[in-house]
This record gives sequence, structure tokens and C-alpha cells, in this order.
Amino acid sequence: MPTIVVEVMPKAELLDPQGKAVTFALARLGKDFATEVRIGKRFEIAVDEVTDAILADVKQLADDVFSNSVIEDVVSIEVLQDSAATVAAEASSTAAAL
Amino acid sequence: MATGMRIGVVTFPGSLDDRDAQRAVRLAGGEPVALWHGSHDLDGVEAIILPGGFSYGDYLRAGAIASLSPIMSEVVDAANKGMPVLGICNGFQMLAEARLIPGAHTRNAHQQFIRRDQRLRVENADTAWTNGFEQGQEITIPLKNADGRFIADAETVKRIEGQGQVAFRYLGVNPNGSFDDIAGVSNERGNVVGLMPHPEHATEPGFGPDTALAMSSGVDGLTFFTSVIRKALVA
Repeated sequence: MPTIVVEVMPKAELLDPQGKAVTFALARLGKDFATEVRIGKRFEIAVDEVTDAILADVKQLADDVFSNSVIEDVVSIEVLQDSAATVAAEASSTAAAL
Repeated sequence: MATGMRIGVVTFPGSLDDRDAQRAVRLAGGEPVALWHGSHDLDGVEAIILPGGFSYGDYLRAGAIASLSPIMSEVVDAANKGMPVLGICNGFQMLAEARLIPGAHTRNAHQQFIRRDQRLRVENADTAWTNGFEQGQEITIPLKNADGRFIADAETVKRIEGQGQVAFRYLGVNPNGSFDDIAGVSNERGNVVGLMPHPEHATEPGFGPDTALAMSSGVDGLTFFTSVIRKALVA
């Protein structure tokens, strides 16, 4: 089953209080290589099939519902063809890399 | 004093202050009408209040899911035709999400929920909900919010400042990091007003903020509701 993934981030120029709190926490842990952390949102929309019409709909929803253009940007919209397999493959390649 | 003006108060899943808003309408001499988020029926009301609370647990963004409710299509239509609409706290967030007023809200700059009696300056005493105030009048009403930081891009802030759409400004402290100390804004026409603090909690002696005269005696919020009734009488 394909999944459409939409990622939304707070606008770069706006204060991200959540990210700021995490940045401070990392500094307390001595992880001072992290100069800034920003936190966004990821929407995973499971669909039976991906068509141009559905993608256009999701693009519209990303702009109108998933994000508020005053404070957020839609940074990516992608399609994962077989979500379970992709996630598993990502996990194993990450494990191999480590 | 009782005019019987019918003022609707919409209840959403997670509304907290709908009953307080109804009570404020009654104390101002109006007739509160309970409206339901899932309906398309405004029940013939002459004004609408979107009350405070945490509709849908602030999921997605504060006020975002409520702004997509069935009744909001009627609220938006009525507002665009000139019906007075007041959004308080979560209702302010809904107005912004529904694009009835400019700007948006994010988490308080200091990340914490805040509750205090807040001083405000009335920056525009010419809207449907503020015409009973003096221009520049200082009032005190309770504030309680988590996502109360009003934000808009620089161009929008400049435009609404220039057009008198800033209805209220925080005095003393800026409690949440809002741009330009903005506590409340209106649409261009002045029939739609949204603000973060809660006028409905300062409408009856004994249950409001402290004043120099006596504890809990502040009723500055009552003027919001008498303003809209007065406006209707004049018109």
C-alpha cells in the first residue's frame, strides 16, 4: 500500500519554541555540536493508489489544512510505494551504516 | 436594558468557556443561543461568539480542526456579510485559521501556559465589539493560554497597524511574545474581532479580576457584549 508523506516545518525566520527547548537540553547533555534544533511535522497518508488527481488533492490539503502558510512551510511531498518495505529497508540500511 | 438580541455561542468538542460566554451575553442584556459545531444551523442569531477552550486538544494547530467544522462555513458566510463575530482565545485562533482575520498563533514564546489578570489598551473603539469603550481606554481582563503568540509577516503587521485593525494591545508585560504586543485584531470591516484574553470572565462583580476598589470586582469585559447589543440598536 502506498503512502504519501507530507513534511511541514515552522518558517525558518520564526521562533520555534519547541526546537529551542530541545537545543538547550542537548547543550545540557554536552552535545554542543548541535547549534540549533527545529521541530516540524510529518503526515503519512495511506492510500490504495496514487493518481495525479489524488496527488493534486494532497498538495492542496498540504497548503490548506496540514500547514498554515502564515507560520509554516510545506517542505516536501513524497510517495512511498510500499511503506512497510521501505521503512524496513531504511531501518536495516541505517543499522548497517552504524 | 434587556433587548433580547440573540447572540449565538458555538460549542466545539473541547470548548471550555461556552457557558461563561452565554452568561456574559445574559448579563449584558442579550439572549444567549447555544449553537453546535456539527450543525449548519445558525438558528437566526444576530451575532456569534466562538468561545475559548482547547478544541480537538489543539491537535494539528490550535483552532485548526474546529475551523473546518460544519458550522464554520455558515459562520464565515455570515461574517463576510457583516454579522458581528467575536473569537475569544481558542475562538481567536479559529478566526485566524478560517482566515477571517489576519495572522496566526504559535506556542507562547516562553513555552508555558500562562494565567493572569492582564491590562490591555483598547486601540480601536470603533468595532462591533468595542464601541462602548473610549479610544485608548485601559482595561483589565483575565488571560489564560498556551498558544497565544500572535504572529504575522512584517508587511501584514504594518498593514493592520495602519488600518486600525489592531483592536487591543498588551500593557505592562507582553505575556506570550505576540508581535507588537498585539492582544486582539479585527477584520477590515470591524465586525469580526478576535482576542486572546477573556472578556467573558470579567462581567459580574465578585467573579472578575481585582480592582483598586475591591477584590474580584472587575467587569471591564461586560462592555464587549453591551457594545454589540448597542451597535444593533443604533443600526
